[in-house]
Amino acid sequence: MKVRFRRLSLFQFRNHAEADLELGPEINCFTGPNGTGKTNLLDAVHYLSLCKSYFDATDQHAVRHGEEQFLLKGELEEPDGPVELACSVRKEHRKVFQRDRKEYERLSDHIGRWPAVMITPYDGQLILEGSEVRRRFVDGLIAQFDRGYLDALMRYNRALKHRNVLLKRFAEQGGGSLEALEPWDEQLAAHAATVHRGRRAFLAELTPLVLEHYQGISSGPESVGLEYRSALDQEPMDSLLRRLWDRDRSAQYTTEGVHRDDLHFLLDGLPLKRFGSQGQQKTFLIALKLAQFDLTAARTGRKPVLMLDDIFDKIDPLRMRHLLRLLGGGRFGQVLITDTDAGRLHQALDGLPHDVRFFHLDHAQTIRMEAVERAEAL
Amino acid sequence: MSTSSALLENAVEQLATLPGIGRRTAMRMALDLLRRDLASVQRFSESVRRLREEVRYCGECCNISDQDLCGICASPARDHGLVCVVEDVRDVVAIENTHQYKGLYHVLGGVISPMDGVGPEDLRIARLLERVGSGMVREVVLALGATLEGDTTCFYLHRRLREHGVAVSQIARGISIGGDLEHVDELTLGRSIADRKPYEQSVKR
Repeated sequence: MKVRFRRLSLFQFRNHAEADLELGPEINCFTGPNGTGKTNLLDAVHYLSLCKSYFDATDQHAVRHGEEQFLLKGELEEPDGPVELACSVRKEHRKVFQRDRKEYERLSDHIGRWPAVMITPYDGQLILEGSEVRRRFVDGLIAQFDRGYLDALMRYNRALKHRNVLLKRFAEQGGGSLEALEPWDEQLAAHAATVHRGRRAFLAELTPLVLEHYQGISSGPESVGLEYRSALDQEPMDSLLRRLWDRDRSAQYTTEGVHRDDLHFLLDGLPLKRFGSQGQQKTFLIALKLAQFDLTAARTGRKPVLMLDDIFDKIDPLRMRHLLRLLGGGRFGQVLITDTDAGRLHQALDGLPHDVRFFHLDHAQTIRMEAVERAEAL
Repeated sequence: MSTSSALLENAVEQLATLPGIGRRTAMRMALDLLRRDLASVQRFSESVRRLREEVRYCGECCNISDQDLCGICASPARDHGLVCVVEDVRDVVAIENTHQYKGLYHVLGGVISPMDGVGPEDLRIARLLERVGSGMVREVVLALGATLEGDTTCFYLHRRLREHGVAVSQIARGISIGGDLEHVDELTLGRSIADRKPYEQSVKR
């Protein structure tokens, strides 16, 4: 079963004063010049799905400039009839989230029921930046469906802070013994094992899906890989902590552990960050997010809404064509795409047997809908 | 806040040092005290003064007490071989209210938390070890909160107590009585399943 937004309405959300759209069941394209609010339409869907913005953690920032509040509504098509979601934020008030006009007691009751996956140019930081970004990505995906993992991760991070405070104090006040750290090391060891196991199992599931999608889009000769590296691969955390006691003490922090794990992205066995072209890096990110889509669908029993925000630059026309063919092919559900170049999208979709709707945005804040005739199946 | 009286100002300032009391509430309290007759306010301030001056800590369990030995530790009806370790006085009250526990207590005065500057030496652990060392104690029950810091403190205590050969147990964690399973959070429920026990044991009580 797929998540399917039939209708989307925005009131004073970011640059939109008012907008009301009837979305198609498969591919929906939002086109228009920069600054007309295409991405904001996707972010509205992200809000309704995950109760927050993809881009900005502060709800207040999503209120249109000069206004006091925003309201988002989405109508979902469900087997038992339509479901209406509403999210409103008023300045100086808390966020109100309703389903069929009844407010949720906890937002966590909503999150995950109608999942969404977003792909944006910002995801490039997964490749370009430090390991922390990749750990956060992986942890976020695992924790969404595994409370035990989330708890272990939070306890690990907290125990790590306590331990680092002790190491710092040893340095400042002299003294300190391995024994004084033992209760914390015990906690770290137990939780590190859970985190390590969780990440390893998750990546074993994720990796083949990424490879498959990369091949599907590129159909080129190159091969990609993901390699999860952790100090715990060689040695359990407790012995690691004992062995590195001297080093930790002089560094005044805990130098090894799952907080230093990294995920390496490879292109033909070499670091993608250094050896991949921009197009190859982008293809990799899309493949990674499509794998996230597959896992989310498997875990929730729901095909998420897939949103592609302005991702076609640097992608060659053939790859773009492969991707779009894939997206309408039944494996995915409702898809929302933004692009400044309507012509390019039209061309890439031409002749594909998908249900396609175009929404053209302009600076006068009008949204013109254009349904594309379904092409005869080839 | 500026008032016509430095005395009032002063009282408000003092009341506002209490936890959970802001200046606005402190002002309401001060004005209320002003409206009462003198004897009533004297009783009030006297009780606060005596609380601070006369309350002592029990020499055995470190609980708040009026004598050198608290009522619980002095009672011959309690099981002196059983000691329940808790974080603070409020936990003693909570466990006493269950009427299920007939042993003694030991009030630690906190849990180990380096981030808050609390180490084992800041807690009343030495006194606990002395009590256990006296040979009177058969079993120590650890009843600390299920937080990371609580767990770590339990681990530390267990290690220190082990040397004394005393039995160490921990209170059970699980679903609340009269609750539906579907409303229990999954971590607690998972723990209850992992820590299940023979049915005969649970019907006995």
